[in-house]
Formats: sequence, C-alpha cells, structure tokens
Amino acid sequence: MSLFEFLSQYWPLLMSGTGVTVAQFLLGAILTVGLALVFGLMKMSSNRAIKGSAVVYIEIFRGTSLLVQLYWIFFVLPLFGVTLEKFTAGWVAIGLNAGAYGAELVRGGIMAVPKGQWEAATAINMSAARRMWRIILPQALVNMLPAWGNLMVEILKGTALVSLISVADLMFQAKQINASTYLSAQIFGTALVIYYILARFLLTPFMRWLEGFMARKLGRA
Amino acid sequence: MFDWLFTDDWFPKFDWRWDYAWEILPRLIEATGNTLIAAAAGYLIALVLGLAFALAQRSQNRILTFFVREFVEFIRSTPLLLQIFFIFYVGPQFGITLSPWVSGMIAIGLHYSCYLSEVYRGGIDSVPKGQWEAATALNMTTAQTYKRLIIPQAIPPAIPGLGNYLVGIFKDTPMLSVIGVAELIHTANAIGSETWRYLEAYTIVGVIFLALSLPAAGLIRAFEGFVRRKLGM
Repeated sequence: MSLFEFLSQYWPLLMSGTGVTVAQFLLGAILTVGLALVFGLMKMSSNRAIKGSAVVYIEIFRGTSLLVQLYWIFFVLPLFGVTLEKFTAGWVAIGLNAGAYGAELVRGGIMAVPKGQWEAATAINMSAARRMWRIILPQALVNMLPAWGNLMVEILKGTALVSLISVADLMFQAKQINASTYLSAQIFGTALVIYYILARFLLTPFMRWLEGFMARKLGRA
Repeated sequence: MFDWLFTDDWFPKFDWRWDYAWEILPRLIEATGNTLIAAAAGYLIALVLGLAFALAQRSQNRILTFFVREFVEFIRSTPLLLQIFFIFYVGPQFGITLSPWVSGMIAIGLHYSCYLSEVYRGGIDSVPKGQWEAATALNMTTAQTYKRLIIPQAIPPAIPGLGNYLVGIFKDTPMLSVIGVAELIHTANAIGSETWRYLEAYTIVGVIFLALSLPAAGLIRAFEGFVRRKLGM
C-alpha cells in the first residue's frame, strides 16, 4: 500500500484523534493557567498556611510523573468516591501537573518585576489587589511568556499520555491503526509529523505572536 | 460526584491495607532498581549524544548545522511516548528487532540528548571570548581547545540544567512500561491486575518518586559546588 493510499484510508481516524488531542490540550492549558496563577500567588503569600499548601501542591505534582498522577486520578480516585470520566481525568491530570510547573513560572515572573513598581503603586494609594492586577501581573506576564511557550509545548506532548487510559486521541488512534495494519513506520511517522506541525507551526508561532502583542501593549516593543 | 462527602461511611472507602502494602513492597522496590537503571542508562546516552549535537551545531558546515538544528527541534516538539512506540515497532518492519530495554534506552537517550544539547550550548556560550583567543594564541588545535579549555569551563554552569534533566528522565521512565520494561508503573499495573487493588500500588509508586526526586535539587547544587572546587573556579 502506498503512503498516499494509506493516508487516504486512515485520514478520518487520524483527524478525529487530532481533534481529541487539541481538545485535551486546550482544556489542560486553561486549567494550567488557572492553577499556575492561583498557586503561584499563594506561594508568595506571607501567610504560612497558604504558602505551605501551595508548596505541597507544587512539590507533589513536580516530584512525581505525569503518568503516575494520571493513573492515580483515574484508578485510585474512584475509591474515594470521585469518579472522573476518562476524557476528564486526562486533561485534569495534565492541568494539575503542568500547573505546578506554571506556578513556579508565575512566581519567577512576579519576582522579576522591579521593586520600584511595587513602591510606586503603593505611593499612589492602590489597594494590594489593584496593584497586583493593574501593575505587577501585566509586567510579570511579559517576563514569563517565553518560558510559557516551552511549557505549552510540554502540555501538548503530555496529552499523548491520555491514550494510556484509552482516550481516543492521536496517539491512541495511531496505536490502534498500528495494531490492525502493522504499518508502523507509516502510521507512527505520520503521527509524529502531525504533532510536530501542531507544536512548531501553530503553537510556537502563536506564543511568539502573544509575546510581541503583550510587549506592544505595555509599550516595550 | 461529591455526594460521598455527605454520607457518613466515606472514611472506610480509604480501605488502605498495611499488610497488603507490606506484601507488595519488595516487588516495588525491585522495580525501583529497574527504574533507576533505566534512568541512568538513558542519561548516559543523552549526555554523550547531547554533547555531540551541541558541537555539531557549532560546526562551520552550514548543512550539518541546519540538519542537526531541525532534528533537535523535531524531537523536542514531539511526544516521547510516540517516539518510544516508533523505535520499538518500526525496527521489526525492516528486520531489526530491538528488545524493550534497548529501544526504550535509545528513545529516552535520543529525546533527552536534544534537551541536553541546549544546556551544553548555553554552557559553551558562557565561556568568555578571551579563552578562545588565548587558545588560538597558544596555537592549540580546535580539538585541544574544546577538550582542555572550553568543555571543562562549560560544564559547571551547565550542571543545574544537566541535573534537572536527570530528574526529568527519572520521571519519564514510567512511559517505558508501554513496551514492557518492568519498571515501577509496569510492576504496579501487574500488581493491580492480579488483585484488583490499585490504591496501595499506585500510591507507593507516587511516594517512591517523591522520595527520590525531592532531595535531588539539593544534591545537584552540592555536586555543582564540588565540581567548581575541583576545577579551581
């Protein structure tokens, strides 16, 4: 079977898998950003209980593997009465894992904002929340966006693991097609190229654009 | 989803059995050994190959530089899991059958060598320009310059990055379970399917990962200090 015939036969399956991969990525990325923001700020708190719980979250999810977390959430959490559907378990595990890495990026980005900015905001009588939202976070965002670009690629790559709990993503479809045709080079090669296109020609340019856009917004470009 | 919170019998659902946990612990500890061996072997491959990629990207040959650069980008933007499958299944199609261990080590070594090449590159870039000029003034060959001057100075600043990826490899070894390498997750899966008890096995695996990766950051810092002292920096 030529590569063209092969692709025209399996294209619909591959595309539906790619759709699931993109959905897992988007949901996981949104959860990551939310968790990173919350726990990154919590880790900077002076309240020891708040700071402590952020440290526990970050260390647990950075200290163990994504696969271990995924299996734990999918197989063990039901014993505690929390049963997540496999699709949900997938992006929740990805978000929890990447959120811990993202929290450190948020903290680093905020710490890199010059001290004078904090003082100036206090001097013009801004409340702590307003200061964070209007002055500190926008500058921190520009500081940390390059690192977020890498984390986003890691999230996309992480979505491949959801195939191991039978979410029908691109990796899963590739495995299924491989099992029925044994055309491993063709199918796994095609899947590699699809992931590469998603990461290199869609995700990375978007993050670059976002970096430039945010920098212009802040009048830095 | 949360109705278990409002019943009074949720606590027994924890159902953690210490006797069972003790029973499976020896098997999991043995698997930890395999995980560490896999991580160490993959890391050694990545260290050597990564340096080769970093040096190749500095070569004068534009074509070589271009291809290595693109290859590194390709490997870095595709999932390790898929690469493991690719290496394991594509070989037999062309008559080369690799064992799970060998293909797993190649996949992990190759994947991480691309990350390590960037770390090496940063280290090499951090060597002051005067060192290169001094080497030229002393009439050293390129090979001598790299071996005796540049690489020894490029390593210490690269150690934190190199160390982080060692921990990264350690945490990615569970993916080898998919092709049948008997590391921690593979063993936990086997235990789970024998007894239908997943709680103890997966929880112990998580604790083992935490116990081994949490002290790593401190050890890496200590090692960096040690190397710097050794090299008189």
